[in-house]
Amino acid sequence: MTISLNVNGISQTVEITDGNTPLLWVIRDLLDLKGTKFGCGKAACGACTLHIDGEAVRSCSYPVKLAKGKTITTIEGLGNEENPHPVQQAWMEEIVPQCGYCQPGFMMATAALLDKIPEPTDADIDRNIINVCRCGTYYRMRKAIHKAAELSKSIETVKSENDA
Amino acid sequence: MKKKQTWYALFLAFVIGLFAVANYSTDSEEYSPIPTAEIAKEETPFDKMMRVLTHERCVNCHPNDNIPKQGNDSHPHYFGMARGKANMGFEATKCTTCHQSENNAYSGVPGAPEWSLAPAQMYWEGLNRVEIATSMLDPERNGGRTPEETMHHLTEHELVLWAWNPGVDANGIPREKPPVSKEDYIKAVKQWFEEGHIIPSE
Ligand code: FES
Ligand code: FES
Repeated sequence: MTISLNVNGISQTVEITDGNTPLLWVIRDLLDLKGTKFGCGKAACGACTLHIDGEAVRSCSYPVKLAKGKTITTIEGLGNEENPHPVQQAWMEEIVPQCGYCQPGFMMATAALLDKIPEPTDADIDRNIINVCRCGTYYRMRKAIHKAAELSKSIETVKSENDA
Repeated sequence: MKKKQTWYALFLAFVIGLFAVANYSTDSEEYSPIPTAEIAKEETPFDKMMRVLTHERCVNCHPNDNIPKQGNDSHPHYFGMARGKANMGFEATKCTTCHQSENNAYSGVPGAPEWSLAPAQMYWEGLNRVEIATSMLDPERNGGRTPEETMHHLTEHELVLWAWNPGVDANGIPREKPPVSKEDYIKAVKQWFEEGHIIPSE
């Protein structure tokens, strides 16, 4: 089965025998993007979260056949060291990660949240950010999410001032 | 004189006894109790339909507290998931974050087209079968459907019929199907609607 999809702005075509293969494995093993992690494989931990057409999705539970023609963003496509996404910037400033394994999934979930709710309250965070961190970095994450909201807002303000 | 009367009474009792024995045969061929199954009312289309609609996994998606339930024990959905504004979960973490348009055999996450909770007014949790049927026919609570539209919904909607293709759970164990076959359920629903969708009083 041939599947064409756009990953981090690049059109990709993959050949796969089993269309039910989780998208996670296509991203990691065929496209060699190792930022997206495998935690539980049961859509329970969120380590594998990426964006499909702008929505947070757990890629361990998403058959690649459904990704045909879709736009995928992984942690590598969110931003990079030179030009980090506000969520990545906030994560660095708040020194969130401990072992780091769960963090890409959390950052992808947070980026999706800020897209829907630019200034989330703690209650918004509790409802939407339900990934699992075995190192217990939740407290720093909460701070980083609020910081990311501030950073995004200031970027927006600069942008609109420049546009004016 | 007294002795004569006693003998007479005993004789009479003996004759009556003979008659009774002659009329009451203990032959099992002649005396067969009515089987319990025949005494019990035959299952009506309503009974059959409601055996499906009151099945815990059917009711799991019609909660009375905006919290989807899971499994045969109907525990609250893990991870604090709830209805959200449009029956599709929260703003960024939605039903579709994990549930797709089909079951996932690797993760055990169930899926079907339009995977979502039934709207709040369509709650069935805590209702008996008469109350469920009443709510199904009430346009205020059934999404403004006519009885015919409700019949189509119950017999054709993919999310409803997913009940007979529930896939496996997170441990790879097949989920329990409803207690009536899909074909018999569809037949029963159609018959109940065609015969005037009468809700029995209970
Ligand atoms: S690996 Fe996908 S949710 Fe845990
Ligand atoms: S930082 Fe170690 S699991 Fe989250």
